[in-house]
Amino acid sequence: MNSQNNKQPSPLLSLEQLKVYYPIRKGIIKRTVDNVKAVDGVDLSIYSGETLGLVGESGCGKSTIGKAIVGLEKPTKGRILFDGDDIAGYSSDEMINLRSELQIVFQDPYSSLNPRKRVIDLLSEPLRVHRIVSNGDVSKEVDRLLDLVGLPKNSKNRYPHEFSGGQRQRIGIARALSLRPKLIVCDEPVSALDVSIQAQVLNLFKDLQKELNLTYLFIAHGLGAVKYISDRIAVMYLGKIVEIGPTKEIFQNPKHPYTRALMDASPIPNPHLRNRKKVVLQGDVPSPVNPPKGCRFHTRCPMAEAVCRVQEPELTGDSLHSSACFFSH
Amino acid sequence: MFNYVIRRIFIAIPVLIGVTIINFIIMSMAPGSPVDMLISPQIPAEALAAKRIELGLDAPAYVQYLSWFKHLLQGDLGYSMITYEPVLNMILSRMGPTLLLMGVSLIIGVAIAVPLGILSARKQYSKLDYAAVTGSFLGISVPNFFLGLGLIYVFSIWLKILPSSGMTTLGSEGGFGDILLHLIMPVIVLTANVAGRNIRYVRSSMLEILEQDYLRTARAKGLKETLVINRHAVRNALIPIITVLGMEIPILFGGAVVIEQIFSWPGIGQLTMSSIMSRDYSTIMGLNLTAAVIVIVANLLTDITYALVDPRIKYSK
Repeated sequence: MNSQNNKQPSPLLSLEQLKVYYPIRKGIIKRTVDNVKAVDGVDLSIYSGETLGLVGESGCGKSTIGKAIVGLEKPTKGRILFDGDDIAGYSSDEMINLRSELQIVFQDPYSSLNPRKRVIDLLSEPLRVHRIVSNGDVSKEVDRLLDLVGLPKNSKNRYPHEFSGGQRQRIGIARALSLRPKLIVCDEPVSALDVSIQAQVLNLFKDLQKELNLTYLFIAHGLGAVKYISDRIAVMYLGKIVEIGPTKEIFQNPKHPYTRALMDASPIPNPHLRNRKKVVLQGDVPSPVNPPKGCRFHTRCPMAEAVCRVQEPELTGDSLHSSACFFSH
Repeated sequence: MFNYVIRRIFIAIPVLIGVTIINFIIMSMAPGSPVDMLISPQIPAEALAAKRIELGLDAPAYVQYLSWFKHLLQGDLGYSMITYEPVLNMILSRMGPTLLLMGVSLIIGVAIAVPLGILSARKQYSKLDYAAVTGSFLGISVPNFFLGLGLIYVFSIWLKILPSSGMTTLGSEGGFGDILLHLIMPVIVLTANVAGRNIRYVRSSMLEILEQDYLRTARAKGLKETLVINRHAVRNALIPIITVLGMEIPILFGGAVVIEQIFSWPGIGQLTMSSIMSRDYSTIMGLNLTAAVIVIVANLLTDITYALVDPRIKYSK
C-alpha cells in the first residue's frame, strides 16, 4: 500500500545481483565439479501495477529467475527484495506464507494440473490451506474465480483432461489468483497454446490486471506476446540482462545487438519488409557452465571487437533505457 | 461399469473352458495314470485292470473330458481318484491355510514396500535408498527354497525356537499362538519376495511422479511438503502399483507351492504337488480350474480398482 501513497514509486520487487547456480556433481561421493550458471548476477526492479516482459532464447535463465522469485528455486547468491524484505534466504516454511503474495502461472497447462483432481479440488486446496475464505464459502469463492477467468460454473466438477489447452491455462490462472497475490510470475503462459487462443489468454491477463491491480513478470521467448502485454521489457542472454527499457523504446530503438537479432528473428506480417537487412545470429548459445570471458555475447555478435573479448560491459544508460554494450551509446 | 463387469464375466467363461481343455490334454499325454501309481507286487494285474474300468480310464480322453465337464456343469468337481474325497471339499479345506499364509505375506510385504519405496524415491541416492534397493535386490534374487531352508537351519535346528513344519504342533490343540509360531518362517520367505519386488515398483513409480509439473504447481500453491507428497504424489504413484498387486495374487499362489512343500503347510500348494505326483486327475482338474478362476478374478478386480482410482478411465458399454 505504501507505493500508492508515495509520489516516488518504490519497486514492489527488486533483484540485487541475483545468482542461481546448478551444481554439476560427479563421482561416487557426488563432488561438485562445476556449476551451471543459469542466472549470473541480475539486477531488476518491478513496480507495482506494471508488466515487465522478460525475453531471451531457451536456456538463458529467464524461467529460473521466475522460479527463484516465487521460491521454487533457491538463489545461490544475491537478494530478492519484496515489499522491502529480503526473501532470498527464506526457509520453505517462511516462503509458504509469502505464497499468497507471489504466485506463478506455469508454461504447460497440460502437465501442471494434477490429472486426478477435479477443478474444484485444485482451486479449493490453496483456499483451505491458506484460509483465504471460511470453509463454508470455499465453493462460492471457486465459482467467483471461475467466473473471473471466464470459465462456466459447471466446470467445477470436471477433470483437467476434459478441457482444452486454453481452458486449462485459465484454470492455472484461476489457481494463481485464488490466493489474491500482488505479483504473478507468468512463465511462458501462452507458448503452449494455439495462436488463436494466445490472444484470448493475453487479453484475460490484461483485464485481470486492470481489475485486480496486479503486477506481472511476463516471461516469454517470443517477442509478439511480450510486445502486446508489457510496459517494460528486459532482454536476457546467458544469465544476464543485456538491455532493459520501455516497450516502445526497445522496439523502436533497440541498442544491444542481441536485441536487434531477436527482433529480426521474429517474422513481420508486412511482405514489403521481407528484404530488410537482418541480423542473423550464427552458432549456438555458449555453455552456461563456462560463459565466454568479456562480453558474453561476443562469440556471436556481428559488432564484436577486441575490447569485447576482454572486458565485460556493464548495464549503462538512463534509468529508463539501459543496455550492456560498448557500442550502443 | 456394471455392464462392463457383466461383459468381462461372460468373456471369462470361454477362457475357463479353454484352460480346462488344454490342461486335460497335457495331463492325459503325461506318462502314468492314477492306477499306475498303485502298482505294487501285492496287487494282481486283474485288480488294476478292474480299477481302470471302474475309474473310467479305459475310455478315450475326450470321453473322459466330456464326462468331467458334464459333472462340472452340475456343480460337481468329482471325487479324488486316490482318497475318494469330494474334490471340492479337499480344495475348500486347503483354501483356509493358503489364504492365511498368502494374505499375511501380501499385507506385510506391501506394508513394507510402499513406505520404503516412497522414502527411497524421495531420498534418491541416499544411504537409505541404497539400503532399500540392495534389500529389494536380495529379496527378489534369493530363491524361496534357499531362504526357507536357511531359516529352518538357523531357527529350528540351531536356535530351536521355531517349528520347522506344519501349521500346528502335532497332537496339540493348535490355537492362535501356535499357528502364529508356525506362520513366522514361511511368511518371512514370501514377504521377502513380495516386498523385494514391490519396493522397486513403488520407488520407480514415485520417482516418475516426483518429476511431474503438477507437483511444482502444488508447491506453488503453498502446500507443505508432506501435503504435496501425500495428496498429490503418493496417490498418483500408487495407481500403477495396483496393477502389480493384482498380478501378485496369482503369483503368490504359485510361490506358495514351493514354500508349502518346504514347511509342510497344509494348503493348496501342497495339495497341488501331491495330486500331481499321484496323477490324481480329478483333483488336478479341480485345482487347475480354481487357479484359473483366481487369475481371472484378480485381473477383473485390478481393472475395476483402476477405474475407481483414476477418473480418466471410464469403462463404457
